[in-house]
Amino acid sequence: MQLWLIPLLPLAGFAINGLFGRRFSKGLVNVFAIGSVVLSFAWVLKTIAGLGDLNTAYVEHYFTWIQSGPFTINWDFAVDRLTAVMLLVVTGIGSLIHIYSIGYMAHEHGPHHGGYYRFFAYLNLFMFFMLTLVLAANFLVLFVGWEGVGLCSYLLIGFYFDKKFATDAGNKAFIVNRIGDFGFSLAMFYIVKTFASLDFSTVFAKAAGAPESTLTLIGLLLMVGAAGKSAQIPLYVWLPDAMAGPTPVSALIHAATMVTAGVYMTARSFPIYTHAPVAMEVIAVIGIATAFFAATIGITQNDIKKVFAYSTVSQLGYMFVGVGVGAFSAGIYHLVTHAFFKALLFLGAGSVIHSLSGEQDLRNMGGLRSKIPWTFWTMVCAWVAISGIPPFAGFFSKDAILLAAYHYAPWIYWLGTLTAGITAFYVSRAMFLAFFGSYRGHEHHIHESPAVMMVPLTILGLLSLVGGYLFKIPVFLGSLFPALEESEDFTLMAISVAAGLLGILIAYMMYVAKPGMADSLAASLKGLYTLVYNKYFVDEIYGAAVVSPVVNGSRAVLWKGVDVEVIDGAANGIASRAQDVGSVLRRLQSGNIRSYAAWVLFGSVMVIVALGMAGGFR
Amino acid sequence: MTEVPISWYLTLSAILFALGVAGFLFRRSIITVFMSIELMLNAVNLSFITFSYQFKQVNGHLFAFFVMVVAAAEAAVGLAIILNIFKNRATLNIDEIDSMKN
Amino acid sequence: MDIFLFLLFAIIAVVAAINVVVQTHPISSAVSLIGVMGSLAVLYLLLGAEFLAAAQVIVYAGAIMVLFVFVIMLLNAGAEAKRGRSLMVQLLGVPLLVALLGLLAYFVQRLFPQGVTVHFGGFTGGTAEAVGRALFTSYVLPFEVTSLLILIAIIGAIVLARKELD
Repeated sequence: MQLWLIPLLPLAGFAINGLFGRRFSKGLVNVFAIGSVVLSFAWVLKTIAGLGDLNTAYVEHYFTWIQSGPFTINWDFAVDRLTAVMLLVVTGIGSLIHIYSIGYMAHEHGPHHGGYYRFFAYLNLFMFFMLTLVLAANFLVLFVGWEGVGLCSYLLIGFYFDKKFATDAGNKAFIVNRIGDFGFSLAMFYIVKTFASLDFSTVFAKAAGAPESTLTLIGLLLMVGAAGKSAQIPLYVWLPDAMAGPTPVSALIHAATMVTAGVYMTARSFPIYTHAPVAMEVIAVIGIATAFFAATIGITQNDIKKVFAYSTVSQLGYMFVGVGVGAFSAGIYHLVTHAFFKALLFLGAGSVIHSLSGEQDLRNMGGLRSKIPWTFWTMVCAWVAISGIPPFAGFFSKDAILLAAYHYAPWIYWLGTLTAGITAFYVSRAMFLAFFGSYRGHEHHIHESPAVMMVPLTILGLLSLVGGYLFKIPVFLGSLFPALEESEDFTLMAISVAAGLLGILIAYMMYVAKPGMADSLAASLKGLYTLVYNKYFVDEIYGAAVVSPVVNGSRAVLWKGVDVEVIDGAANGIASRAQDVGSVLRRLQSGNIRSYAAWVLFGSVMVIVALGMAGGFR
Repeated sequence: MTEVPISWYLTLSAILFALGVAGFLFRRSIITVFMSIELMLNAVNLSFITFSYQFKQVNGHLFAFFVMVVAAAEAAVGLAIILNIFKNRATLNIDEIDSMKN
Repeated sequence: MDIFLFLLFAIIAVVAAINVVVQTHPISSAVSLIGVMGSLAVLYLLLGAEFLAAAQVIVYAGAIMVLFVFVIMLLNAGAEAKRGRSLMVQLLGVPLLVALLGLLAYFVQRLFPQGVTVHFGGFTGGTAEAVGRALFTSYVLPFEVTSLLILIAIIGAIVLARKELD
């Protein structure tokens, strides 16, 4: 079925734009960048249509990548139902966001006038790596994609590389991801040691026979990798800063696709986790803790993108709750619906920022409902979807996760429901601050974004409304994952819906009905507000506990000690010894030919003596 | 007819070689030094031909032949260099030709 | 007869070689060197190397030494000056030379048994035919390379000699 075409098309787009884009007009860049991704999407559709019911994985072998004795790693791609879902999400949402970017980046010249083609080249490269990640049939090929998307994420966060905060954010994302990737690498080493293979099929077939402690260790190490990539406690700190990149990047990479790679990988590894209940419990606890923790931070943020960034962290936490409590398909379900409404929220935010010529602060917005109505109405679709209002997309997936969580441990359900209320509250707060009330900013030329941005918004809006009902992911993936006991519990459902509605209502009270209430509440709870507003000072704690010891230690020990004393000392020492020897030996160079001849004779005699000694002077 | 031990030939070769080395070390005239080199080459040729006799093979002769050819080429170039040195420095004393040092 | 001829020409060669070294005038050294080469040619004949004996006389004693004599005449080189000295040579020259000769003689005596002897006619593989056959079959590549070497030497000599014209 030529699966290789799927990732290779964006790679070709990257190569063409990356190599020659400097000379291309924007139109030509668009043709290659958007064309390659849309073609890839079309090829995904054709492939999946041609592969039938996909109850078993369809594998294509390309070449042997690494061979060492009996241990072989092949460059294989595989498609099963889970991969099919991911392929559709990645290429589908990716195509929409690429199209949206034409409008959003239209005024972009960037540093050195290379911004436009560079942006699309990186975006295409990201698509290549993400599709490699999703298609991989073993852990190592997945890791290639995993590292590649990390690279593209770094490149695109630091896209405005003449701004210090952007490059700092890029470095932060890259370095924090290294920690996670280190865990992933250790997990792979352990898998090789245990199963003598990295192929999904081999490893998962043997997983049931391995000791539980081994599987728990592998599962926890994989979770370290997933926590890094998918921004979970304690490695979530990079994602809010990653908003320094252009907004389409935030939508594509830091909301819809890359950050869900951890969820995908964890769900992909379910045969390991089902035999490691401790690891699953850890995942569930980390997930719900992240969901709640990030949601509370989201309440206080004033930057519209930061609000949605913490929302993303929080929603990723939900997905991990789903995976952790054994509802793998529910986790993937939420991944898909979240891709719809969160991409829409970011793109809508991008549209707002675009129409306000770069303004991101919610305090300088307000009353935009009448000025950019199309953006407003599409964002309303995402709003109701994320708030869990039936029958919109977020309701189905969130409900599926919470239901499974209730059967696993009721406290996770209650905390999750509370988080759902907070989620509804902070999204509503952002919506009310941006679109209701009176305008508080200074920009006078407020304009609706161009059609090329509105079309993707509209499509995503429709998907956010009906996507959950239309794509019954748990049914589609039902044959892949172990079944859970299904029980429709309308009481629980009603409670979570009520929490969402309550969140919206409180937000309405605080920000529309009585606009001064929020500030007075913040003033009366000053300590708590300051704590949350400053993101619980986690960045500062990490800075004091991890970063500065490393920096100071490097400076004092590695630089002044090891580098200057040992390495430079060794290099300079060798040089000065050579100088000493040379100052003695240079007396030999007398310029007198006869003394040279005498030295040659001396050498010859020595050689003869040496040969004689070797022969033993017979 | 008494026959000559092969070691006598090789000893003669060694003596001639040593005399060549002595000429190279102790003479100051660059032409004599050059002739000493020729003497050493001849001594080596004698060894080659003696070995060729010992092993009853023609290979040693060919080595001697090539040595001769190289010696001829060397003499042509070397004497041309000596001519140049004399033109430029007006001396044939090897101890005064020390521009490799200064 | 063999031993007589060997001793005669060996003594001539050694005496002439000593003369090469001790004579102060280059022309005396050159004439002595011709004596060394001539007597070596006889020794080559005794060893059965008739082609090389002829080549020795023609190439060495004839061509190369004539070149030497020609240069000596051209430069009008007189007896060498006593100027200049080398501490290294004065201190180590004689001991090293003695060591070299001693070692070589020691190894020759040790490595070559007295039983192996040379008599005239004991080896007839050194004819012009035999040498030519080897030269143009198994040694054809070195032979051709040699021609290149000579070409380079000719060009080099011309370039070096031309310099004095301009």
